[in-house]
Amino acid sequence: MVTGKQSKVGARIAVAILAFFSLAWVFPIFFTVYESFRPYNDTTKDGYVSLPKHFNFDNYWNALIQSGMWRYFINSVEVAVPAVLITLFLASMVAFVVSRYSFKFNIALLMIFTAGNLLPPQLIFIPIFRLYLHIWVPTIINENNVLYDTQLGLILIHVAIQIGFATFVLSNYLRTIPKEISESALVDGASVWAHYFRVILPLLRPALASLGVLMTTWIYNDFFWAVVLLKSGSKRPITAALSNLQGEFFTDFNLLAAGAVLALLPTLIVFFVLRRQFVAGLTIGSTKG
Amino acid sequence: MSNTKIETKTAAQGENPGRRRRSNNFTKRDRAVIAGLVGGPTILHVVFVWLPAIATILLSFCQWDGIGGLSNIHWVGVKNYAQIFTLYSDFKIALRNNTLWLLWFGLIATPLGVVLAYFLDKNLKGTKFFQTAFYLPIVLSLAVTGIIWDYIFKVNGFLNIVLGYTNADTAPSWFGDPHKNIWVVLGIASWRHIGYMMLLYLAGMKSVDPSLREAAAIDGAGEWYTFRKVIFPSLRPVNIIVVVVTVIEALRAFDLVYIINRGKNGLQVLAVAVYENILGESQRIGWGAALATILFVLCLGPIMVYLYQNFKKVD
Repeated sequence: MVTGKQSKVGARIAVAILAFFSLAWVFPIFFTVYESFRPYNDTTKDGYVSLPKHFNFDNYWNALIQSGMWRYFINSVEVAVPAVLITLFLASMVAFVVSRYSFKFNIALLMIFTAGNLLPPQLIFIPIFRLYLHIWVPTIINENNVLYDTQLGLILIHVAIQIGFATFVLSNYLRTIPKEISESALVDGASVWAHYFRVILPLLRPALASLGVLMTTWIYNDFFWAVVLLKSGSKRPITAALSNLQGEFFTDFNLLAAGAVLALLPTLIVFFVLRRQFVAGLTIGSTKG
Repeated sequence: MSNTKIETKTAAQGENPGRRRRSNNFTKRDRAVIAGLVGGPTILHVVFVWLPAIATILLSFCQWDGIGGLSNIHWVGVKNYAQIFTLYSDFKIALRNNTLWLLWFGLIATPLGVVLAYFLDKNLKGTKFFQTAFYLPIVLSLAVTGIIWDYIFKVNGFLNIVLGYTNADTAPSWFGDPHKNIWVVLGIASWRHIGYMMLLYLAGMKSVDPSLREAAAIDGAGEWYTFRKVIFPSLRPVNIIVVVVTVIEALRAFDLVYIINRGKNGLQVLAVAVYENILGESQRIGWGAALATILFVLCLGPIMVYLYQNFKKVD
């Protein structure tokens, strides 16, 4: 594509600029990782920009085990996994109906879901917060018997919001799949449920994978809802718990660095292992006209 | 929209008409299943998203201190809005900051994302690495992002050491100075936003029909001309997503400022103002609702554009 001497020089300059920017881009992450391996005393004495005297995993050990950070990871899993599974399941059902049958309400329904997902969370949160203070739950879930300050409540709001985006994406995806596949099911006289469960759900697998990866990351990264709906710090998922840890560890920033690195590790793993799905998820809807 | 084709085909082939799945021709069981498939998720979404949204808009015209039942809610008209604009000093700073955020994202961060995408689309040496580097911040939560950048911008952090400010008393406080901190935060937010925009545009550019570029090259069109006249016009769907994402992210901004200083002292934004009026020291639910409604009105434009773009040709 690039031809001629002039373009070659241009390409070199472009590479140099890109190289500079990309190094600047990753630098803060590396700097935090670097500090996370150094003991507090060293950086207090020599400053952050200095060669290491000690370089070890102590901060990680202290953050994860002694400060009990591992519990917040479990909280994250307890919220994200059910939320994503339920969202995908519910959204695929709606997407199936609106893309395979022609009802008058189809477009209105899709618009409700799509727009609902775009509403600012702050617009929703005030009544939700008040409502959660009054919805009764059994003592096993919350000893105060209200939905507020429970992971169940957090899962519920994630599902309700994310369902909008997931329905939109999945119905778009289904529209690209030829109807002939459904036709053969219809000719066989399959029930609506069998059509959904045995024909459509398997077809949706790649889209479900991309969406699943993307939404897991979003819910894992959620900060706002976890902060406003969970009062007890001990119930918070890791991302929201960081704001507490920031307070607790205020005197030991190296420990906080280790905490931050631990918190970003799962998303980095997702990014490197499932990057294709992640990028596909983010670009769904942007490449289709 | 979708089923008419199936109907005509099966009818033409003389299938057993009882098998035809016309929308008014389902068995009772199928009807129940469809009602369940659509009804359950819809009720959940409407009850937990749309009804609260409507309730917030109504609440914005009411006064309620949050104590006592719903009977303590009084209709006050536009009083909350009037008070916010005149009495609530943080509101002006928040509105200014959200506007700055929007302008910065729209005029600086997003175009930079386009430029990066354009260069990466050329498949130069090292593109894989560059791409990975720019994508990285997208997967990180904004809370973690705030903590990471703290090591650069704190008083004894990387930047001040490199700039030679070793005395903590005289060194500039990037997060603490209310005249500076919003710009620092915008820089940090761009770290994530630029990569996100780059990702969207890069995907769009990859899907531009190569024959269009070849045709332009054969016609002897220059790079800038080709970009303006060939590539950019075909990125229309991406542009719409980008506008929506940019506006909505700029208005929703909460995590980053909250983790840095709880959204105070120069870092006020509308989302934090809503939070402060509901969960803060003084509960002014009417104010909070009015602020949230203002936020919603600001988001309304891009939401409508997005809906229009996606649903206009479905019929």
